[in-house]
Amino acid sequence: MSLSIDALYVAYGKRAVIQGLSLPPLPSGSLVALVGPNGAGKSTLLRALAGLEPMKGAVTLDGVDVTQLNFAERARRLSYMPQQLPPGIALGVLESIIVGLRVGGAEHPAALAFEALRQLGIEHLAERGLDALSGGQKQLVALAQLLARNPQVLLLDEPTSALDLHYQLRVMDAVRQRVQAQRLLAIAVLHDINLAASHADTLVMLDRGRVVACGTPEDVLRPALLAEVYGVQARVERCSHGRLQVLVDRAVLHPKGAA
Amino acid sequence: MTAQPIGDALQAAARYRRLLWRRTWLVAGLALLLVLAVLGDLASGASGMGLAQLLHGVFDPTSLSATERVIIWNVRLPYALMAVLVGAALSLAGAEMQAILDNPLASPFTLGVSSSAALGASLAIAYPLGVVWLAPSVQVPLMAFVFACLSVLLLQAMSRLRGAGVQSLVLFGIALVFSCNALVSLLQMLATEDVLQQLVFWTLGSLARANWDSLTLLAIVLAAVLPFSLRAAPAMTLLRMGEDRARSFGVDTRRLRRASLLRISLLAATAVAFVGTIGFIGLVGPHIARLLVGEDQRFLLPASALVGALLLALSSVASKLILPGMIVPVGIVTALVGVPVFVALVFRRGRNL
Repeated sequence: MSLSIDALYVAYGKRAVIQGLSLPPLPSGSLVALVGPNGAGKSTLLRALAGLEPMKGAVTLDGVDVTQLNFAERARRLSYMPQQLPPGIALGVLESIIVGLRVGGAEHPAALAFEALRQLGIEHLAERGLDALSGGQKQLVALAQLLARNPQVLLLDEPTSALDLHYQLRVMDAVRQRVQAQRLLAIAVLHDINLAASHADTLVMLDRGRVVACGTPEDVLRPALLAEVYGVQARVERCSHGRLQVLVDRAVLHPKGAA
Repeated sequence: MTAQPIGDALQAAARYRRLLWRRTWLVAGLALLLVLAVLGDLASGASGMGLAQLLHGVFDPTSLSATERVIIWNVRLPYALMAVLVGAALSLAGAEMQAILDNPLASPFTLGVSSSAALGASLAIAYPLGVVWLAPSVQVPLMAFVFACLSVLLLQAMSRLRGAGVQSLVLFGIALVFSCNALVSLLQMLATEDVLQQLVFWTLGSLARANWDSLTLLAIVLAAVLPFSLRAAPAMTLLRMGEDRARSFGVDTRRLRRASLLRISLLAATAVAFVGTIGFIGLVGPHIARLLVGEDQRFLLPASALVGALLLALSSVASKLILPGMIVPVGIVTALVGVPVFVALVFRRGRNL
């Protein structure tokens, strides 16, 4: 299974945010990170794939153009996770997952929901209230809500924003593990470029609605490109464990004169 | 899955079933409390007729004197039933408003639906249309209904504007309340003494306007709306976790909102059209229900309706007891109880923001 994006176009009113974006087929079992500066169109791309923004172009999953599917069918295959669960909701963890399953018409929703929690190692939270959870725990529950519905593609909008170091790693490790175990495709918007480098198989770097680089972290993370896109002087080095690290030294004047 | 996790999952499912049962019992308990409150409401009144005598009269009307018949059939029963139906309608409307507008301060009263209805009714009272086939007694609730529906449409248009957040909607509602109240005051100033009295009486909100026609109509609206509310309940629970999340779970949130706003207009407008402005039931009812049964709308919606009915039935009892020999308009009672709760909610929300 793979996902292809061809000539995708998204506009807010008359302002084009994404203009004719195409990507090579993204295979299942891989984690793709969307990186790039603010306003590059990362979240918009993700929302367009989820069907939350009106778009033109083709999004093909297993030979099926998902833009031709009805709303519910598309949502069943491509599952979108917003940034944060809102506060002040009087729902338990388990029932917050069951509700989503029930709307999708699943049988035995309670057992499925519990299994999703167990896969993420948070089954002990099943009977807690959502409001009693930390930000990181909430994000894992949100991930369980998605996984319980057994989608083919996970679309994660900044899944680690506002999380502490421990939960940044736990969430991304969990995503990585489920992607490999269930042969899913995960596409995540990530702000932390080092987190993207350590967890993603493929990086897609966006700038002003266009793809400026796509490939393995080694291919994409090059000092010249970082300077051009982010306006920073950076080194890309391997740490003592052999992992790729981006070390930012200073901000440089934006070459395109944007800043 | 190995044997142990399967056992855990089964246990979790069993515990969840027990939770659902507990909520079902809570809703049943609320219904029982409501019956008791209604009996209390029926038993209280200036004439001093007791519950036993009253029930006897209901089941055996021939045993009654003419006065007793009037007290039972024209006063006690319609008042008590009106309290139940209006309380349920306002509170159900409030619960749906809070869910679809994602706002704990939303209710027909706080967002100006009741004030708009009052403006419509006041216009009809001050300047009745000289149409033969439309009696003034019909014109007043009809205009109230039309204005309430208009205000809901206005709110819907506001909530659709890009960039109009949750706070701006509440502020818009408050603006609507002030504007309508100002216009009602203007009408009162221009009115003759006789009309003025009617205007003041209408804006106060009272069960004294209850009659069997209005009761029947309100009951029909409530019975027609409730099944649709319950059918939309799972999707509305998802909506509480955020618009994008609900949509990404395959819920057509736009259609859900449209249908819900239609239900809200019907409920709030019909309730307000017959009894005037009764504040805070639609705000406080859903919050008490939420504390009891949580956010699962399958339970929250019926529980809200029951709590609303219960609150208004109790307020009705209080309205007869506060000043001996006189029935205080029930809107005054609900406002006195509702304002502190509203303030508490504002402060609690302030901490969350």
